[in-house]
Amino acid sequence: MSTATTTRPTDLADAPRRQRRPLRPQRVVLHVFLTAVALGWLFPILWAVLTSLRSYEYTAANGYVSFGGWTLDNYVTAWRTAEFGQHFLNSVYITVPAVLLTLFLASCVAFVIARFSWKVNIVLLGLFTAANLLPQQALLIPLFRLFTQVPLPAFLSDSELLYDSYWGLILVNVAFQCGFCVFVLSNYMKALPRDLYEAAMVDGASVWRQYWQVTMPLCRPALAALATLEVTWIYNEFFWATVLMRTGDKFPVTSSLNNLRGEFFTDNNLVSAGSVLVAIPTLVIFFLLQKQFVRGLTLGASKG
Amino acid sequence: MSDLPLIQADRAVPSPAAATPTGGRGRRLRLLSRTDRVVIALMVLVPLLLVVGLVWLPALATVALSGTDWDGIGPLSEIEWVGGRNYADVVQIYPPFVPAVQNNLLWLAALFVVATPLGMFLAVLLDKELRGSRFYQTALYLPVVLSLALIGFVWQLLYSRDQGLINGVFGTDVDWYGDPDVNIWAVLVASAWRHVGYIMLLYLAGLKGVDPSLREAAAVDGASEVNTFFRVVFPVLRPINIIVLVVTVIESLRAFDLVWVVNKGRNGLELLSALVTQNVVGEASRIGFGSALATIMLVVSLVFITIYLATVMREGRR
Repeated sequence: MSTATTTRPTDLADAPRRQRRPLRPQRVVLHVFLTAVALGWLFPILWAVLTSLRSYEYTAANGYVSFGGWTLDNYVTAWRTAEFGQHFLNSVYITVPAVLLTLFLASCVAFVIARFSWKVNIVLLGLFTAANLLPQQALLIPLFRLFTQVPLPAFLSDSELLYDSYWGLILVNVAFQCGFCVFVLSNYMKALPRDLYEAAMVDGASVWRQYWQVTMPLCRPALAALATLEVTWIYNEFFWATVLMRTGDKFPVTSSLNNLRGEFFTDNNLVSAGSVLVAIPTLVIFFLLQKQFVRGLTLGASKG
Repeated sequence: MSDLPLIQADRAVPSPAAATPTGGRGRRLRLLSRTDRVVIALMVLVPLLLVVGLVWLPALATVALSGTDWDGIGPLSEIEWVGGRNYADVVQIYPPFVPAVQNNLLWLAALFVVATPLGMFLAVLLDKELRGSRFYQTALYLPVVLSLALIGFVWQLLYSRDQGLINGVFGTDVDWYGDPDVNIWAVLVASAWRHVGYIMLLYLAGLKGVDPSLREAAAVDGASEVNTFFRVVFPVLRPINIIVLVVTVIESLRAFDLVWVVNKGRNGLELLSALVTQNVVGEASRIGFGSALATIMLVVSLVFITIYLATVMREGRR
């Protein structure tokens, strides 16, 4: 199933055997090569962290290929000038409801597809899955027009339109991400033993109870993996927020980056501090929930 | 941003209804109470409404608008049908179109010829039982969690003319993001940086699923490691190969964030996705024209989406 889980046991089991065996030169070459590639891959990120910790005055005077000028001021300045607090909050307003709604709606459809074997199910599955793969830009024109026409009451959005509102962004993200989750969840649910439903029906459980009390608890691993993945994706979403938002301080953090360009233009140290700040939530998710993240991407890749 | 699922679908237990082909459906429906039927309808219709309303109807509208001369302002009743004129204009009198198609193809080629094989190669290396495999894997797919917009900024620190590391180390004076002769390559490196980790992850999962006895049999027959991979393992990975192919095509067609943060897709970084966006939210709002560009993207993507669906659904039936 997940690469992280499958490698660990074999590593442990192999450790004693390998110690007895002399390290072959081939292996040494392999390790040197992989270490070099891995460090090369990490380098751009490490460089960003490094740059963000140095003062602009020092690097301007000594160039970036130098050592010294350590400071945390870039973070303070970036946080203040770019109003990161507000933008992070905006990302939370959009990401949390969007992920919850996506998982809920997708699990409903997936349940029906997996629980019943109607002919239309394959059409449904195709309709949802394909929607996730269409290029977003190809839908931009009608959606943009639609969003500027649909009114919202003022207490929902000060723009009084779907355009330039959190609601619009939440909806469009849900519509796009549903397909992926329907696909993964319906596969997961189909693998559950069907006796469960027979038993539930004997007990007189309604369809809703079968969904909520039988299927959903069993789907926890899949839901956890998908939640991790969807939080990352919706947090990282750039295109819709860029085109469907207008008010500067309503942008979620990923797309607000672009508006900061002007303010940060001449100062790469500030750019790097801002980039690191934006990356932190995804990096935290990555390191804490790596297993979930990888499993989400490869869920069902092999039976296990 | 979005990625594709890697699922060989299920080998689901055949349902009781499938076992009784005649009347299975009717009986099943009759078993459901009225409330149940309403609940099922709601469970399907609400999400369906959202996806059809916000994805499929706009897709159809894009195709329809591509045949009109609507300027986006006048009432819908004044729309005039112009047939294929927008398409002719796109190809003939729109200078960025040809560079955009070239760049999209270049993007595809770079990901397909360089990044995808590299990701596969690294997955094969990491699939051996290596100490420290976890560290290597983590390093390689770390970029996958970053947004492409952010990646544009991270690489700016290496590429920038006055403050970038590359020029600092080599003493060159190249504006990697600005110079129209080189900026597409600079952006491609950053894009490949992320793509390699993603492909590696997909193949690593696929390789774990390969039956070990296949490799043992090949080893007994005296096949070399390279031969075993290409003759035995690679063919078994066919479904994953197709999925990776589709992932790569769709990713290169949808590429947008990176060029948009660099310079909004101008001056050497033209891409179809950026041209569509420029025609809608930019100063000139040319709806019919932009829709023709969007329709081209839509058609190309649908071809590959169909291949993808056929693959995963066939796997599901097997």
